[in-house]
Amino acid sequence: MADLTEAFHTALRLIGTLDPKLIGIVLLSLKVSLTAVVIASTIAFGLGGALAVYRFPGRGAVTATISALMGLPPVIAGLFVYLLLSNTGPLGVLQLLYTPMAMIIAQVIIVVPIVGALTRQACEDLLEEYDEQLRSLGASSTAIVRTLLWDGRYRLITAVLAGFGRAIAEVGAVMIVGGNIDHVTRTMTTAIALETSKGNIALALALGIVLLGIALAVNAALMGVRRFALRLAYA
Amino acid sequence: MTLSTNRRNVLGLFLAACLLAVAVPFALQAGDNFIIVQSTTSTQNSGLFDHILPIFTNRTGIEVRVVAVGTGQALKNAQNGDGDVVLVHSKPDEEKFIADGWGVGRRDVMCNDFIIVGPADDPAGIAGLKEAPEALKKIAEAEAPFASRGDESGTHKEELRLWQDAGIDPRPSSGKWYLETGSGMGATLNTAVGKRAYALTDRSTWLSFANKSDFKVFVTGDPKLFNQYGIILVNPAKHEKVKAKEGQAFIDWLTGPEGQAAIASFRIDGEQLFFPNARPGS
Amino acid sequence: MLDPKIPARPLQPSPDRAHILLPLELRRLTYAANGKRVIDDLDLTIAERGITVIMGPNGAGKSVLLRLMHGLIAPTSGEILWGGHSMGREIARRQAMVFQKPVLLRRSAKANIWHALGLRGIDRGEREARVIEALKLAALEGRASIPARILSGGEQQRLSLARALSLEPEVLFLDEPTASLDPASTLSIEGLLIDARHRGIKIIVVTHDVGQARRLAQDIVFLHHGRIAEHQLSESFFAAPQSEAARAFLAGGLVL
Repeated sequence: MADLTEAFHTALRLIGTLDPKLIGIVLLSLKVSLTAVVIASTIAFGLGGALAVYRFPGRGAVTATISALMGLPPVIAGLFVYLLLSNTGPLGVLQLLYTPMAMIIAQVIIVVPIVGALTRQACEDLLEEYDEQLRSLGASSTAIVRTLLWDGRYRLITAVLAGFGRAIAEVGAVMIVGGNIDHVTRTMTTAIALETSKGNIALALALGIVLLGIALAVNAALMGVRRFALRLAYA
Repeated sequence: MTLSTNRRNVLGLFLAACLLAVAVPFALQAGDNFIIVQSTTSTQNSGLFDHILPIFTNRTGIEVRVVAVGTGQALKNAQNGDGDVVLVHSKPDEEKFIADGWGVGRRDVMCNDFIIVGPADDPAGIAGLKEAPEALKKIAEAEAPFASRGDESGTHKEELRLWQDAGIDPRPSSGKWYLETGSGMGATLNTAVGKRAYALTDRSTWLSFANKSDFKVFVTGDPKLFNQYGIILVNPAKHEKVKAKEGQAFIDWLTGPEGQAAIASFRIDGEQLFFPNARPGS
Repeated sequence: MLDPKIPARPLQPSPDRAHILLPLELRRLTYAANGKRVIDDLDLTIAERGITVIMGPNGAGKSVLLRLMHGLIAPTSGEILWGGHSMGREIARRQAMVFQKPVLLRRSAKANIWHALGLRGIDRGEREARVIEALKLAALEGRASIPARILSGGEQQRLSLARALSLEPEVLFLDEPTASLDPASTLSIEGLLIDARHRGIKIIVVTHDVGQARRLAQDIVFLHHGRIAEHQLSESFFAAPQSEAARAFLAGGLVL
């Protein structure tokens, strides 16, 4: 318990004085996760929408795989990306290992299934209501996907925020492919792991409090968006 | 008409910002003067690198990026060519690394010692013992909890050698009183403190560890607890991407007068953690 | 909002084309689902303009028949010919349909019409004019920017109908369009249909409301067990229904 109180005081001090190390770590975490989420969502929206609308052999298998990948342990994604980017791996020439880019790639792999599966579900739900009318209006499958994605925008925002929550809290993958290098690839989560292993429990907790603060802010934004959407019957 | 012009502009700006955020890391990548050193958690956690690396970077302009993992993983990463220099503390493994052709030119850098720490109430009664294997024997007989690295690190290998000297194999008792954490030194110490278990640790990590609770140092000074660190250049012949010149510059600096002095000047609470012992051309 | 400078233009199919889609001929049409023949070897010819009402007891296959005519589902066997041409994508593009429950997108009333016109490939300049006209028809000019799904049931259905009319279809299908609406809304919908009929649009409506059938229909198609029980001009149908099933239906009894 003493650790907890000390942690709160440390957290307030770090935030209040705008501790440069803390700011650096927070900015890197945000940069990596936000970039990963934007890239992943772009891929996942198209993937989810297409899965909901197009009929093709193997559709069920792909859907099941994406849903299953939602539960992929992030550390496995990290290992996979490490093997790809290692100097002995196929993409070793890119020299991306131990850089923020590697962490972004790993997080994209983790986030795409989440946003993709949620997008597919949202589109399927909408399709149940819209299918006949859209076909009556003469919409092609592609036009239907575009219509569903825009109409489902509030549910998609929810999906994206879910993906972001997963990304920013992730530690296993970014540790392996980033190397937790000071000033280069040290994020909030890897810093917490490091400080914990140094026995600096209070500092680790303080970082955790800051991370929690960010997650809470994101969720508050999410609730605000949903309330707004419901008011307009856009949800 | 799905988006008014204003909203479209905002969206466009946002996407541009994101693309920039992606491009920037790429840009920063190219042309940066740095080497990657695969090293161990003990050197990282103690704070040694935070102390000596800025001196090297100031002198040469070369940035040193340290990836801190267990010795086993460090050597494996280096074998894959994912590093330019290796700095670990397990001489037999280092020599094998060189014999297999993955590294060239091993040199002694510094040393410290291992110690056995444990809870103040000393359930196995090892206080006063001077020899490590003897202490381990008493711990095994008392079945007092013992936290092991269990991760093929330099510390772990040292620990296993000591058990061998004591004539005891603790592994069948794994999960009972012998706790294999499979983690770095700091995490293992956290477990030890939490479980009121004994542990073998290097002195430097222990001195800088902030979660000691009421633990004491029990066994120290046994010659068997001597811990040597070696530095090796990853063989550029095996991996063309290795920055041999800069890597060698780091090795030369660290084993040269300035680097050795930097190591010696690193202290916590006035106590020196690592003892430089590079010999010319060793 | 709505641009007053854009001139009003009525929504109607071009007169010379309207001929080509009639007569509608259904020959030996069958639709089977889950082992049941919902439409059973059905023959029907609709040659006249005006409003055709399809009636029948529940489960007779009325909704399925409508969807077959519009190409939303494909028959198991048989032919569907519009003016001698086989039912297909091209013909469906010259038709429109309104469903019992209005299907509106999560956007403003105006945007719903705009989107539909976009799907048909109507170019932007033309779209603006048609949107204005459609909103006028639906008496929703003042509510153009309101989220469509917030509108009342009657307003939503008027919007659906106006959207369909904005496409300038030659044939308009409606499946129980006023079943869930109050009398005032029903009246305005029927008014729009009569107006559309006068502008030359062929209208085919499914309804179980006998009063509505009387008010709207030029001819009645009575469907029973997936077959045409009878097809007559409205006056003669209500005066003297020919089939047992129709008589029972009009008398208010259960038709098995």
